[in-house]
Order: sequence, then C-alpha cells, then structure tokens
Amino acid sequence: MKKIYANATEALDGLLRDDMLIAAGGFGLCGIPELLLQAIKDSGVKNLTFASNNAGVDDFGIGILLQTRQVSKMISSYVGENDEFMRQYLAGELEIEFNPQGTLAERMRAAGCGIPGFYTKTGVGTQVAEGKEHKDFNGETYVLEEGIFADLSIVKAWKADETGNCIFRKTARNFNPPAAMCGQVCVMEVEEIVPVGSLDPDHIHLPGIYVHRLIQGTHEKRIEQRTVRQREEA
Amino acid sequence: MPWDRNQMAERAAQELEDGMYVNLGIGIPTLVANYVGDKDITLQSENGMLGMGPFPFEGEEDPDLINAGKQTITEMDRTAYFDSATSFGMIRGGKIAAAILGAMEVAENGDLANWMIPGKLVKGMGGAMDLVAGVGRVIVVMDHTNKHGQSKILKECTLPLTGKGVVDLIITNLGVLEVGHKGLHILETAPDVTREDIRAATEARIV
Repeated sequence: MKKIYANATEALDGLLRDDMLIAAGGFGLCGIPELLLQAIKDSGVKNLTFASNNAGVDDFGIGILLQTRQVSKMISSYVGENDEFMRQYLAGELEIEFNPQGTLAERMRAAGCGIPGFYTKTGVGTQVAEGKEHKDFNGETYVLEEGIFADLSIVKAWKADETGNCIFRKTARNFNPPAAMCGQVCVMEVEEIVPVGSLDPDHIHLPGIYVHRLIQGTHEKRIEQRTVRQREEA
Repeated sequence: MPWDRNQMAERAAQELEDGMYVNLGIGIPTLVANYVGDKDITLQSENGMLGMGPFPFEGEEDPDLINAGKQTITEMDRTAYFDSATSFGMIRGGKIAAAILGAMEVAENGDLANWMIPGKLVKGMGGAMDLVAGVGRVIVVMDHTNKHGQSKILKECTLPLTGKGVVDLIITNLGVLEVGHKGLHILETAPDVTREDIRAATEARIV
C-alpha cells in the first residue's frame, strides 16, 4: 500500500479527465487544497464541475481555474468573493447550482456513506426545493436532496500518517472530511506526513480508508479577511 | 428616538438566555456578542466551531481560524472544532437554540427573504436556509424600512424566500414585533416611538 506521492502532479496522474466532477474541501480560502488546485490548472483538464462551498478569489483557490476557463459548473453555497467568477456567470459562460451550505455538506457526507438521497427541511418553500420530491414526516414537510458522488476528491489536512489517517487544524477542517468521503478517489495534501504510530489513534479526524493518495507540501494559506482588535493599554 | 445599530443589538442580546448555543449572522447580529454581559452564551460559527472568541490581536492572526464571514478570529477554552456536515447536523438537528440574522423582507406569517434580489448579482444563500429551517428560534434584526422608506415587514415577501414561516421575532430600529398565529404583535417600542408610528411604517397586519 503506497499512498505517498512526490508532488501534486504525480498524485493526480491518471485521475484527471475532461468533464469530471470534483469535490473540493475548504471554506473560503481556509483549508483549501491549494497544491492540488495548482496541479489541476497545470494539467489543462477542462469542462470541470466543482462541488465546493466557495469559488476562491480571482488569483487563489478555484479562482485560478476560472481564469483559465477550466470550470464549466460550480455547486456552491456562496460565491461572492470572486470577480472573474461573477463575470463568467453573468456572461452565461459558467453554470452555478446554489445549494444551502448544510445541504451541500450533507450531500457529500451522504454519498460517502452510500446514501443516495435524504430528506431535509432546509429550503422547503423556496426556489431550492422547486421540482424536487417532497414528503411529510410527523406533520412536517421535507424535501429530497441527492448525494454528490464525485469522480475525484481533493482535500487538505494538517497532518497525516503514511496510511492517510489524518487530523485537521481548527476551522480548516470544514468541508474537507465530507468532500474526502464522497469521491471515488481521494487525493489529500497535508503540511506534514508523519510516521505511522505517531498520531494518537483516538484523535484521528478522518481515517486513512478515505485517503487514496497523499502528498506533503508547503502551503501559502492566504487570509481572506484579516480582522484584528486593538491591544488595551496595560 | 429610534434605536441605532448598537441599541438594536443590545435589545437582541436580551433574548439570549444563560447556557444557550447561538449563531450570529453578519452585520448588526455580530454586534450582539458585545451585549451578552454575564450570560454564559456559546457562539457557533457554521464553518465548524463552537465557542467563537473575539478578533485576534495584530500579529496573532491564524489562517486556519476564521468565522463564517471569513474573518480571522480566536478560540476560547471551551472551543470545539468539527467539520461542515457535523456543523449543519447540529443546526438542522435543532441543537442551536437561536439564530440572529439580518433580512431584506419579513412577512407577517414569518416568511423570510434575505438571500437574493432577482436581476441583481446573486452570491448565494450560504448557511442561511439551513439555519432558519433548523434552529430553535429565529430572530431577525433589521431596519424597519428600506432606503426608500418602504416597509420591510410585509403581508407577503416579494423577494425569493430563504425560509417559509421561520421567523419568530423581529427587532427593528422602531421596536420589537412577535410573529403570532394571526399576525404580528408589537411587544415593545423604541423610546419616543409610538405603536401608531410602527403601524404606519408597517405594511403587514399588526393585531
């Protein structure tokens, strides 16, 4: 079982093709698989659909794939921070399917657990539920949402052992576990690969069974909105 | 005199009770955190955190630690982190006692519109639809009228809905209104604002 690859390009070798559905982890620019996104850009693969909560900013995250017109559709909950995205969207060059954030997360998690659909109250009575099956449970109406079975998952964790058991750091966990679970193949990038046995088995956030290929690299980890408070005088 | 942003936030904070887990939206709702006083309130950030702390001091920003508005924040002793599916599991599952959020329109039956204006740039609903459908109590904090002076509290929403029949309480610059079975009830008025002032500024039915 060899999961460790030398770099993002090698880790994606043989996995990329046009028209594929890729699930990506990250929230805003926090916890995004920045190395794998760069390698996907370099590969030139196109007409991609991304299931990802956000679409990055113009020059970072999924934004770099929008600049090169490699993305044809986004399944996202919020895309407000990307001017190029908005330009392509308004020009009709890019399709967007808005999902409520929790529905998007659960669609990924469900697919990863072999659940093709689930009922939720979220979105009932709104545009999001139009055309979808509804069902009443205990007097309340729910709408059927379908799992997202992705061709490929690209995710980022903090540390992983050589078998892919991994831990995330703070709010950089976000969509990474559900995105990792829903792909046929999952490629993970981490800040540090550690020897098996060095992570506490009780503290693993995502077991290595979900991780097929693994790379270690240096991350820029850009901050989208730097907010601070003033130190009070002592 | 109508309430200002901070006074609206201060009034909203009165709705929170000791021990509550609460989600605060962007804008005026964020200010509510400044007015919880001695109450033991745990703030949820739907990107995967319970126990959200204040903004960091300069130089202590952590790119791995942001709130749902993508701003850098800090953790507390009680903080717990989790993934997005778990985060919205606790929201959808009714574990979050209350959400305080802004709105473009609220209808007298509790319908809420706060995510899109047809013909304008649509950025997405984020977690708003999940929150209003799932949390125990939905409290809207907003100006009573729009910039054209028109009521934002309507018989029926004109904008696409975020949730149907989801709002419990509306706190505006003019006062506090509760969504009842037969219409809205005025619970409180801002200083020097009369019930008649609120009725005159409200399109929706007040009973």
